Amino acid sequence: MSTINSDEVARLAALARIDLAPDEITRLAGELDVIVQAVATVSEVAGDDVPATSHPIPLTNVLRDDVVGRTLPVDEVLAQAPAAEEGMFLVPQILGEEQ
Amino acid sequence: MSVTDELVDYDDAIARYDAVLGIEVHVELGTATKMFDDAPASFGEVPNTSVTPVSLGLPGALPVVNGTAVEYAIRIGLALNCQIAETCRFARKNYFYPDVPKNFQTSQYDEPIAFDGHLDIELDDGEVFRVEIERAHMEEDAGKNTHVGGATGRIHGAEYSLVDYNRAGIPLVEIVTRPITGVGTRGPEIARVYVQTLRDIFRSLGVSEARMERGNVRADVNLSLRTSPDVPLGTRTETKNVNSFRSIERSVRYEVSRQAAVLDGGGSVLQETRHFHEDTGSTSSGRVKSDADDYRYFPEPDLVPLAPPREWIEEIRASLPEAPVARRRRLREEWGYADAEMRDVVNAGAVEIIETTIAAGASPAAARKWWMGELARTAKTEGVALEELPVTPEQIGQLQALVESGRINDKLARQVLEGVLAGEGSPEDVVTARGLEVVSDDGPLLAVIDETLAAQPDIADKIRSGNLGPIGAVIGAVMKATRGQADAGRVRELIMERLG
Repeated sequence: MSTINSDEVARLAALARIDLAPDEITRLAGELDVIVQAVATVSEVAGDDVPATSHPIPLTNVLRDDVVGRTLPVDEVLAQAPAAEEGMFLVPQILGEEQ
Repeated sequence: MSVTDELVDYDDAIARYDAVLGIEVHVELGTATKMFDDAPASFGEVPNTSVTPVSLGLPGALPVVNGTAVEYAIRIGLALNCQIAETCRFARKNYFYPDVPKNFQTSQYDEPIAFDGHLDIELDDGEVFRVEIERAHMEEDAGKNTHVGGATGRIHGAEYSLVDYNRAGIPLVEIVTRPITGVGTRGPEIARVYVQTLRDIFRSLGVSEARMERGNVRADVNLSLRTSPDVPLGTRTETKNVNSFRSIERSVRYEVSRQAAVLDGGGSVLQETRHFHEDTGSTSSGRVKSDADDYRYFPEPDLVPLAPPREWIEEIRASLPEAPVARRRRLREEWGYADAEMRDVVNAGAVEIIETTIAAGASPAAARKWWMGELARTAKTEGVALEELPVTPEQIGQLQALVESGRINDKLARQVLEGVLAGEGSPEDVVTARGLEVVSDDGPLLAVIDETLAAQPDIADKIRSGNLGPIGAVIGAVMKATRGQADAGRVRELIMERLG
């Protein structure tokens, strides 16, 4: 049973700002579907006693002391900016809104 | 801006509809560094100087969680009577906006650090109202955009935005209520007092300066109406970033009036974000909830889960200060203030300042008299907060001690205070420099009294014959001659002695 169709791939591509051609969408839908099916198979094997895993490393609480470190010089910060003004990144007019 | 909304009178609207609130409050934590990197989390720096590769989302930069920020989040969670998660994770909230350099905000999604709490708030008349807390989670702030219009820009006709990432990555805790029901007519007040109470809690916990005007505390207010408490919740709007207590109250009133008009007209409320406008007290339509709100959350692979040890939580719990509402009640009793007096003190934000003044030796009554009287008037005239006046609680304590020792009287004390506010030093300095001490030596006083009586022999005769009516006039004249530096009681005694 197919769970990932072309519409879904097109929607996700739009959300991720990835410009896909129609043939790429069709191809990816097929490839992603195989991956999703494979994961579904693993899920069938895992019982209730197996917790969902987000990290393969059995580590928790990696914390840092609240001590100020070195910051980047502002000219270095802006060196890679396509455009800058008054020490700030210059970006095209923002039409949407803050989240 | 839509100021042409149809509106129903608030009282009329609330008589026919049941308002349900939901409030999201973001607080910027007062840590030294950011949430996931060691750039300073300070305010007012030169743009783009408090940044590291992590703040900028440069490729390969890896975040590390600030332990103090986690502790502060736990403090907030515990103060809000929440459960603290045994284990929780960070998640990526994906969206594109220039102030989010990584193209995702690191937040928490299905596993907040704190959940299932409540907060009892004390309304203006002393009634206690319980707000249920759904969750409090950790996340990071975004950078700051400055929009440059065509007229002011360097490039003529161009409109663009400038981005400063100093704020990007500052630790935030977002506190989300459950739907707040049963508010009756008091929705606006409940919303305001809830956020005020949170602000007080953040300060007392020492987790944030919680200054509204700096955006340390920001509230998003959700509101929906329904025809009765027995039917399901109506469609809500979310008024974003309402940043003063007064605005919170006004925005709720406005949305009640606006939504009631929409529903009265047979329409349906659009689920959208709205913006509040300080100048008109109105809200206007923002972004309609849409497909773009699919943030594709997924667990942050660069950060391992958090599992705060239970001993640590208990240690934090034991160190929590008294809750502001309980503390206020205790202080009111200790200070012997009437309910209304205490409420005025609280509303003036003067609890701490009065407490410090009392600690500096003033009586509760005297501390209140100074801060809620003379100083409140001065602050109002100057348009500043009480704590911004150039006088400390310790100085008010010293001033009051001078009054109580009899070295100055109330009238002189006001002149001394004037000197302190003008930057002339401590009360003691002002008394010395201006020569304001009460004249306690009888010699000079008697000279002035004799002079005054000699100038008005008729009055002297009347008093001598037992008619004490005019004595006030003589005391007044002596006080005037000594520029208020005499003790009026002593002057009276001396006049009586002189005239037998």
